[in-house]
Amino acid sequence: MTHKENFLKGFFKENAVFTLLLGMCPTLGVTSSAINGLGMGLATTFVLIMSNLVISLVSSQIPDKVKIPSFIVIIASFVTMVDLVMAGYVPALHEQLGVFIPLIVVNCVVLGRAEAFASKNKLVPSIIDGVSMGLGFAMALTMLGAIREFFGSGKMFGVTLFNETYGMLVFVLAPGAFIALGYLIAFINRVRKA
Amino acid sequence: MEFIVIIISAIFVNNVVLMQFLGICPFLGVSKKVSTAVGMTGAVTFVMILATIVTYLIQHYILNPYGIGFMQTISFILVIASLVQLVEIILKKVSPALYQALGVFLPLITTNCAILGVAIMTIQKDYNLLEAVVFSGASAIGFGLALVLFAGLREHLDLVELPKGIKGTPAALIVAGLLAMAFMGFSGIV
Repeated sequence: MTHKENFLKGFFKENAVFTLLLGMCPTLGVTSSAINGLGMGLATTFVLIMSNLVISLVSSQIPDKVKIPSFIVIIASFVTMVDLVMAGYVPALHEQLGVFIPLIVVNCVVLGRAEAFASKNKLVPSIIDGVSMGLGFAMALTMLGAIREFFGSGKMFGVTLFNETYGMLVFVLAPGAFIALGYLIAFINRVRKA
Repeated sequence: MEFIVIIISAIFVNNVVLMQFLGICPFLGVSKKVSTAVGMTGAVTFVMILATIVTYLIQHYILNPYGIGFMQTISFILVIASLVQLVEIILKKVSPALYQALGVFLPLITTNCAILGVAIMTIQKDYNLLEAVVFSGASAIGFGLALVLFAGLREHLDLVELPKGIKGTPAALIVAGLLAMAFMGFSGIV
């Protein structure tokens, strides 16, 4: 696989959300607006890149038996860093994302890439894989957030496009998350087949 | 009275899966049959209550006194991962029958964000130990209720003819959305 293919795969062919159906909890939980989706996506991207980087360097030294626990510790350290940095610099966003920031630890995308890719590949491909998977994840979250924000409150990235009273409130609430993601995946399946 | 409010709120009003989006992976993954859904619920209930008790004690007797609250995420996930292993080993020795029923679901639980999520929420809501136990138990029941209801719906969904693109996961997600809408009817009762 060339670097270019490696980079592009995370956006469409192996997109974490649309194709692999990983990391569903934050996908549904924080996408009530495009900004929240983007923030969560970028936080996850950072954790993915850093954990892929470290794991690709140290994985040959880790015995097989304690592989998964050690990966979890590495991931959890970066999640803690993101958590503290966000609490310090973007407290409003940190408040909005709430419990989902510490929960990046159990996001299957991160552990999945660590186990399936970073532990078996060299440094550079692992970093590219982290960037690609992370940005693909961020893209999916931002798309879903933008759709929900648009239909729910008539806004896009916080900019009002039409009066809020015409919005369908259900899209901002919990059921809208499931329904919007369901139709989005159905649409992407349709495009993929065509 | 307080406990009743916590229980009703955790099961219906703020259902872990349908309102808070925790534990979506098992919710979509093991909900194809009612029987597996029941097995998963058993395993989750067991581990969730146990994990909440242990993480509660760690937070209040180790992390808080030494002022190392920033270690919360790392210590909690490690505790949950080892707890799951421990439960698996003990169950295998003590009750092979129960192990047969729950065994396959146990390894999946480490990455179930409902467990870590409920443990962290218990700390955020400042519950005492008894309230924490009641809250985690009720959350687990809420998880089970959503999972079993959804599994029942999906068993029927298999028999329906749908357009190709929407079959499978998209249909399941839309049905989950309708279920979440039904649960919204409970909002306001506490």
